[in-house]
Amino acid sequence: MSTTIFAYEFRTRLRSVVTWALALAVLIAVYTALFPSFAEEAELMKQLLANFPPELLAAFGMTDLDLTTVMGFFSLVFLFVQVGLAVQAAHYGFDLVSVEEREMTADFLLTKPVTRTQILTAKLAAALAGLALTQAVMWGASFGFVNLFREGRPYEPEVMALILAGLIPFQLFFLMVGVVVSLLVRRVRSVTFYALALALGMYLLSAFSDITGDVKLENLTPFKHFDATYVVQHGGYDLSLVAISVVVIILATIGSYRLYRRRDIPTAA
Amino acid sequence: MTVVIEAEKLTKYYGKARGIIDVSFQVNEGELFGFIGPNGAGKSTTIRLFLGLIYPTSGKARIFGQDAIRNGPQLRQDIGYLPSEVFYYEGMKVIDLLKYSASFYKKDCTKRIYELADYMELELNRRIEDLSYGNKKKVGIVQGLLHSPRLLFLDEPTSGLDPLMQRKFFDLIRRENAQGVTVFFSSHILSEVQRLCNRVGIIREGRIVEIADIRTLQQNNYKKIRVYADGVEPNAFQLPGVTNIEKANNSIHFFYKGDINLIMRKLSEFNLMDITIEEPTLEEIFMHYYE
Repeated sequence: MSTTIFAYEFRTRLRSVVTWALALAVLIAVYTALFPSFAEEAELMKQLLANFPPELLAAFGMTDLDLTTVMGFFSLVFLFVQVGLAVQAAHYGFDLVSVEEREMTADFLLTKPVTRTQILTAKLAAALAGLALTQAVMWGASFGFVNLFREGRPYEPEVMALILAGLIPFQLFFLMVGVVVSLLVRRVRSVTFYALALALGMYLLSAFSDITGDVKLENLTPFKHFDATYVVQHGGYDLSLVAISVVVIILATIGSYRLYRRRDIPTAA
Repeated sequence: MTVVIEAEKLTKYYGKARGIIDVSFQVNEGELFGFIGPNGAGKSTTIRLFLGLIYPTSGKARIFGQDAIRNGPQLRQDIGYLPSEVFYYEGMKVIDLLKYSASFYKKDCTKRIYELADYMELELNRRIEDLSYGNKKKVGIVQGLLHSPRLLFLDEPTSGLDPLMQRKFFDLIRRENAQGVTVFFSSHILSEVQRLCNRVGIIREGRIVEIADIRTLQQNNYKKIRVYADGVEPNAFQLPGVTNIEKANNSIHFFYKGDINLIMRKLSEFNLMDITIEEPTLEEIFMHYYE
């Protein structure tokens, strides 16, 4: 690995990392602040939700959700956090190596005395450091705001920790799929488009499979593999689903290194 | 003499599109080698193969006697590169970019950065995004030379430089060359190659068509002959070695390659008013290869 590249990459991405982390921390704060009123009007809430069409509830993962408990409510908030973190990780993934070709700086970096493997490793390490920083803020915000707003109602810190720990493979999935896809295509014109398509596509796939009850589709999406509601209900993950994410991450990583080591860098302009 | 750059049947296809085909040549240590060809002939492809930016379909590329692909990363400690189009991280200051660049090399380049920047009149504290194209080019020059490479690849390096800077740049390249640096200089501008290089390779549609000393190319290969005479028809000079016959008013001019005595005997058959015999410019030799 090249510490030089790591330092440059980390610094370049730092502002984006801080923005994402703060925005999602604010999101957690705002939503958990709503929790006390939900809990107080528990009965009313249940009646209200009962009148909603079941498809709509399914789309937001609220079928088995009890919004009047701390953990139930947190699962819903966490789903929004996951969508944000998926977009962030996918964005870093699609951008990681494609940025050098899009901004034509590949000629500069790749003619330095470093191997492609060293470049990719340093870039990945810097992206991972950024994601780790974001996740650390998610831990702080989740525990901090839940404790601030639960008003003495019971919650399960171990289950919350388990849900938050799932963010590591969850974001790795989007990061690595982003990298490998960016290396499979000739050119990534809009990173934002690709990142939103992957992250929201996976989210919709999960929401859609909830609505239709189609089991095959949900196997593909990390939103199912790392479903907070499932963890709250079962006290743990469905490891056969987690394994799918892990396999995808491993394959995407191997594929990324292979493709990048043999990639022809197109001429600038 | 030590061979510094060596291509052996180097071939590159981009899918089905032709890059270069069976390109073979050698450049010796301390040479200023010119690589000429029109746009799309394969000049950049050749350079990018040697730099490991793209990978050959077949053939060998060696630098300092080692495989340029397999040992590329180590070899690049001693290679400088100036692309035709320069692009750098826009948000960075010039000095930070140069220091970032220097951090990849095992030696301390600080002193040389300042020397080169001073010589090229480059302001170090400006942001890359605020620089004009010519100034970005200067960043490229300093960036390519700051680690005192023993081998330089210059890919159409003069575009965007004003004539004054071009001259300074050429002086700089000559100075480096005088200290033993081998230079591979690609261009489609023949006059600058003529000014700078000792030996040239000419590439056309992906294939090498000629490799020769500039002087040999000019002196031994072709004579540009112009005869002024009444009633002389171009057909009169249809003999082996004569090419590019053209008639203008009362003169005829053509290129001649071959035994000079043969053409002199032929010319003596006519009643000439005047005659000039010149060495062709590189431009004309070049055009000849492209007809």
